[in-house]
Amino acid sequence: MLYDKVKIIPGLVVFIGLVTFPIWFNVISGKATPAPVPEKSLIAKECVEPTQFMRTSHMQLLNTWRDDIVRTGGTRKGTTANGTEYVRSLQKGCMKCHASKVKFCDTCHNYAAVKPYCWDCHIQPKEII
Amino acid sequence: MNEKRRKFLKIAGLSAVAGLGAPSAFNLLLKGEVHASSSAVNADPHATAKAVAPTGKRLGMAIDINKFAKDKDLAQRCINACHSIHNVPDYGNPKDEIKWIWTDKFENVFPDHSQYKKNDALHKMDIVTLCNHCNNPPCVRACPTKATFKNLETGAVLMDFHRCIGCRFCMAACPYGARSFNWRSPREMDKDGNYKFIKHVNLEFPTRMRGVVEKCNLCSERLAEGKEPACVEACRPTDAMVFGDLNDPNSPISKLLNDKFSIQRKPALGTLPSVFYII
Repeated sequence: MLYDKVKIIPGLVVFIGLVTFPIWFNVISGKATPAPVPEKSLIAKECVEPTQFMRTSHMQLLNTWRDDIVRTGGTRKGTTANGTEYVRSLQKGCMKCHASKVKFCDTCHNYAAVKPYCWDCHIQPKEII
Repeated sequence: MNEKRRKFLKIAGLSAVAGLGAPSAFNLLLKGEVHASSSAVNADPHATAKAVAPTGKRLGMAIDINKFAKDKDLAQRCINACHSIHNVPDYGNPKDEIKWIWTDKFENVFPDHSQYKKNDALHKMDIVTLCNHCNNPPCVRACPTKATFKNLETGAVLMDFHRCIGCRFCMAACPYGARSFNWRSPREMDKDGNYKFIKHVNLEFPTRMRGVVEKCNLCSERLAEGKEPACVEACRPTDAMVFGDLNDPNSPISKLLNDKFSIQRKPALGTLPSVFYII
């Protein structure tokens, strides 16, 4: 038997309401942060891998490139599915197409609140404002 | 009854002795064998002075001191070329100094050579020196994270800066002072948003960060593009620095070293340096 039903059940309802406040407030007000839209490359039509793969696994890809090139003397050139050549390098490859770190990298990284330390050492291209 | 017990104890004692004694006797014999073979290796006192079996590439350099003596600016040009290409910071303070290639006095570069009655010109001269890319690199053995390693395809001693934890064991291990530690951030900015310590930024190459060790990488990124190392290129059109494969008897460097008398830095340490000096 539940004693103090009258107090406990409304209390729980209020508690759940308060905890989920950010969610339903965003839904009602329509002010939810929109999904980020990183700037697409202005030069190339396709990336080195399919978009979905790049979205989820670009960090592993970069690590693979690094280990392959630095440790095992792997090739520095790669080709996309349609045969376009690219340089397997962050500064000499990725950033040649995605020329703006602010408009490309930062849009998703800020949204996901991740702080990768790439740019502690690698030099980002000059931002053209 | 008594007799049986006595017999039992005798057998038990004997087998205990046999059980304990047999392995140690076996070990003794084995040790003797090991001893014999290791003394056979030690019998050749010139083992470290001889070239290691030539397998694969072993990139090296020959530095002609005479050519550097003729052109006093040449060394500085090499240093500038290397340091600007690799975004090496200049903190303007010898305690924090980062050096990939640098000059030092003869007696400091070759401290194990007798300095007594040494030619005056040689004594005063600044000798160019850089990482020796040893065939037996002590820094690689010291590194706990394998951030520094020997590239088996080129023989260059390289670093993966991502992996360096800044413990500086490699700096203690290197007998040539070829490694420098970033005590402060090389990326510090001035008021105008320019790097304070990197005058000419090369956008094709990264910098390092605070707490990371760095050293000469034998211009691996340039070799991959079919270029010469920056310092060798800065010496053009002279052949003050000759670069090539030491394991290839027909390479220019092998022929040059065959022709001329050369010395190495601290050869007695057995690190087998790949940088040679023609005196």
